Amino acid sequence: MNVLVCISNVPDTTSKINFKDENKSFDSSGVQFIINPNDEFGLTRAIWLQQKAGATVTVVTVGDASCEPILRKCLAIGADQAIRIDAPPTDGFFVANQLAALCKKENYDLIIAGRESIDYNGAMVGGMLASFLALPYLANCVQFEMEGSTATLQREIDGGKEILSASLPLVLGAQKGLVEESDLIIPNMRGIMQARQKPLTVEMAVEVEAATTIQHFEKPQKKGPVRLVDAADVDTLIELLQNEAKVL
Amino acid sequence: MSVVVYVESQNGIIKKAGLEVASYGRAIANAIQTNLIAVTFNTDDASILNTHGVDKVYNIDTEGDIFFNVNRYSVSLASIIENENANIILVSATANGRYLGPILAAGIKAAYVSNVVALPSSYDPITVKRSCFTNKAFNECVSNQSRTVISLSSNAFGLKEQTTDAEHAEADYLNSNSTLKVTATDSITDKVTIADADIVVSGGRGLKGPENWHLIEDLASVLGAATACSKPVSDMGWRPHSEHVGQTGKPVATNLYIAIGVSGAIQHLAGINSSKVKVVINNDPEAPFFKAADYGIVGDAFEVVPKLIEKLKAIKQ
Repeated sequence: MNVLVCISNVPDTTSKINFKDENKSFDSSGVQFIINPNDEFGLTRAIWLQQKAGATVTVVTVGDASCEPILRKCLAIGADQAIRIDAPPTDGFFVANQLAALCKKENYDLIIAGRESIDYNGAMVGGMLASFLALPYLANCVQFEMEGSTATLQREIDGGKEILSASLPLVLGAQKGLVEESDLIIPNMRGIMQARQKPLTVEMAVEVEAATTIQHFEKPQKKGPVRLVDAADVDTLIELLQNEAKVL
Repeated sequence: MSVVVYVESQNGIIKKAGLEVASYGRAIANAIQTNLIAVTFNTDDASILNTHGVDKVYNIDTEGDIFFNVNRYSVSLASIIENENANIILVSATANGRYLGPILAAGIKAAYVSNVVALPSSYDPITVKRSCFTNKAFNECVSNQSRTVISLSSNAFGLKEQTTDAEHAEADYLNSNSTLKVTATDSITDKVTIADADIVVSGGRGLKGPENWHLIEDLASVLGAATACSKPVSDMGWRPHSEHVGQTGKPVATNLYIAIGVSGAIQHLAGINSSKVKVVINNDPEAPFFKAADYGIVGDAFEVVPKLIEKLKAIKQ
C-alpha cells in the first residue's frame, strides 16, 4: 500500500505574524517553521498504516529548499521517502495542481492532506486535488479504518459526526481526532540519524497559473483595554452586555 | 452573468448561515446589478428566501438521499451555474459549505476564496478580504479566473432582509460516480452548534474537571448558547474534540464569546479573534485573555458563574 502525505511548511502556532515589502509578503524573520499540525495528524495516521499494514509512506511538499528541514523531520518521524516539488506555493489551486501531477505519475492508494494549513487557511488543496484526480475526498476526517480496499470513515460535521464508506484510492483531509495529540510521534535520535539516509528527491514543478493572487496583507485593528467589572457585581456586566455591547 | 448561492438546510430547515450568505449574495447582486439565484436541497419551505433578497430558487429534491452528498450536490450546482451563466458562486463557512467549496470550484474551473469577511472591494477582477493565519491577519485576495467561488465566514456579514418575488424553479439531482457514501450521522440535535450560535460559552482548565461542566452548560442553556472548550480541556478528554476552539480546533466568529477559566494561549485567542464581543472570567488577573477581552471579571468562576446564571434566569423570566 502506497500512502502519500501532503505537508505544508507553516509558522509555529505561537508565532507573531508580521509582513514586509509594504505588507505584500509574510515576514519570516525570526519565525520557527513546523509541519502544519493538521498534516502531522495525517502523517501519524500514515505511520500507523506503515507499522501495522506495511504501507510505504511518502511525504511531499511544494516549496523551495527552505522547506527541507520539515521534510527531514517527517522522515525522522518515520516516513520512508520525501519529495519536494520545487516551486513557491503561490496558492491552493497551484499546489493542488502540482500534487495532482505527481499523483498521476505514481500510484497512491491513499492521499492525506491536512484539512487546512494554519497559515493561509485556504482549506482547498485536498478537495481540489481529489477533484483533479477524480477521486473521492473526505474533509475534516476524524476516523479512517480499512478493510481490504474499503475504508470506513468519519467526518466531523457541525454538531456531530457523519459515518461514511468509500473504496480506495481516496483523499483525506486530516485533522485532530484522526489521531490524538498524545499520539504524535516525537523523533528520537535513531529516527533523526536514519532520516539523513532516506531519499529526499526534488522534482520540477509543472507549468500552471495560480487562480488567485494576494494583493496585500493587513493585521487586525488593535483593540482597546479590557473593561473590568467587580466580581461581586455581575449585574453591571449584564447591563454592559445588554446596553453597551448590545449582545444580550 | 448572475450570482448563485448555495443555501444550506438541515432536516428541511434553512440554516442561519444559509440566510446570511443569501443576504451577502443580494448585496453583491445589487452592486453588479444582476440576479441572485439560490440553490437548496430538500428544503421543506424555501419561501423564507423571498425575504432575503433571492430572485430565483432551485429547491432540489434529492429523492430520499437524506445525507449531505458532496459530489452530487457539486455536480447539481455546477449544472445550474452553467445554465444561469453565474460568475460568482457563494457558499457559507459551515462544515458542509467548506467541504463543497473547493470541489465545486475545481469542477467548474473557478478560483476558490475561503474565509471571506467582507463584500468585494472590486468586481473586476473580483477582490475580497479574507482572514488568514488563523485570524491573526487578513489579506486582499484577487481572483484570476472568470468564475469565483467564495466561502463567507460565519457572522461576517449578518442577516439583511429584503423582500423579493422569487421565482421557484425545478432542477435535477444529478448523479456522480464517487464511491463515497454516507451511511449514518451521529449528531446532537437538541444543542446549539458552535457554527450556528450567536453566543458561545467556553471553559478552560480553570474549571478543574469535567464534573464542573454543569456551570458552562447551565450558563449556555440560559443564554441559548453553544458550549466550547480550550485545547488542554479537549486533550485531557474532559470535553469532545468538536468543542475545541483555536488554531487546530474550530474558529469561533460569534457575537458574544464568554471564556471561563481559559488563560488565553495565543492559539486560542487566534481562533476566537473574529468574535465581536469577548468576556473573560478568570481568577488570575495576569491571564493573557484579559488583553484580548472587551469585558472581564477577575474572580473565582465557581462563585461568579452561579451568580451570573441566577441573574440571567431572573431576567429571562
